[in-house]
Amino acid sequence: MSLSRRHDMHVRRFSRNLGVGLCLAALIAIVFGLTFVKVTRGDFEMPRGPAATQSAGGE
Amino acid sequence: MTDISLQTLTEDEPQFGDYFALLKPRVMTLVVFTAFVGLLAAPDGLHPFVAFCAVLFIAVGGGASGALNMWWDADIDAVMRRTAKRPIPSGRVSRDEALGIGLTLSGFSVVFLGLATNWVAAALLAFTIFFYVVVYSMWLKRSTPQNIVIGGAAGAFPPMIGWAAATGGVSVESVLMFALIFMWTPPHFWALALFMRSDYDDAGVPMLTVTHGRPATRRHILIYTLLLAALALAMAATSVGGPAYLLCALVLNALFVKGAVAIWRRDEVQAEADNYAVEKRFFKLSLLYLFAHFGAILADQALAALGLGFGGLF
Repeated sequence: MSLSRRHDMHVRRFSRNLGVGLCLAALIAIVFGLTFVKVTRGDFEMPRGPAATQSAGGE
Repeated sequence: MTDISLQTLTEDEPQFGDYFALLKPRVMTLVVFTAFVGLLAAPDGLHPFVAFCAVLFIAVGGGASGALNMWWDADIDAVMRRTAKRPIPSGRVSRDEALGIGLTLSGFSVVFLGLATNWVAAALLAFTIFFYVVVYSMWLKRSTPQNIVIGGAAGAFPPMIGWAAATGGVSVESVLMFALIFMWTPPHFWALALFMRSDYDDAGVPMLTVTHGRPATRRHILIYTLLLAALALAMAATSVGGPAYLLCALVLNALFVKGAVAIWRRDEVQAEADNYAVEKRFFKLSLLYLFAHFGAILADQALAALGLGFGGLF
């Protein structure tokens, strides 16, 4: 069985696919927005691991 | 497989709206509104975008618990007239799908609320989902007539979560907002149980109307309404209260107590004669009651911002 380019199934599942697509787009926008707000407001701190300490000590 | 068999398989494809209906959107409006008020009433502010995300994640968490509730209660939802058209009993969505969606969204909402705000708010959200699904749906709902009283706590948590999202903790004011919804839930649902006559009987859910009879339910509505009115009026004297809240509480509690007394004084013969008009009116008023009280808390925040509030008597 071969599916045609525009099968009936695509029509039936359109609302579901559109809804999932919009949810995923909203998730990306939310993660991006939260990251932007947290970084610009100074809530985010760089981790102070050994690499960071070494780098600070080496200068 | 032929095109014909494929067509049969896809004929009853669930639409996006069916999955969305699993999240109980009407209950979600209450969750969103009360969480929003709890968040705005808190003394510490959040960045508007973070606040928006916090309310969104609380709503998603509430919706997830709704999906898990539908997964667990699919058998009794099919029996009750009020719930028979829900996605699972109507056959549009399978129970497994509801379980998957409920668990996924629960994890997602808790983790994202924690990352966006703080882990106290996230823990409260996780506890709310656990309480609604495990304590209320799985345990209390089918075992005790106090199901609504104790289970009502689940619906009362959102303003507390909103408050915790902003402040990182729990305070007297957030507990009072919790208490207001907690005390409001029993009269609201018992009024519904009075006029949805046979639904709970048919499903074998031990509502007060089934286990203790209708006169006892009417008495309970009055007692809880009086306790609620005392609590609601006392809240006017705290820092979440103000002139708008006091006015709203005075008017609506007078009307609510009047309605509860009317319900208490009626018997089944009178109620059946007018098709439960008083009980239905009380139920509608209960919806307005809660939205107006939380709306008034919001209005007082706006008045306080303009320098017109009195910010609690004590």
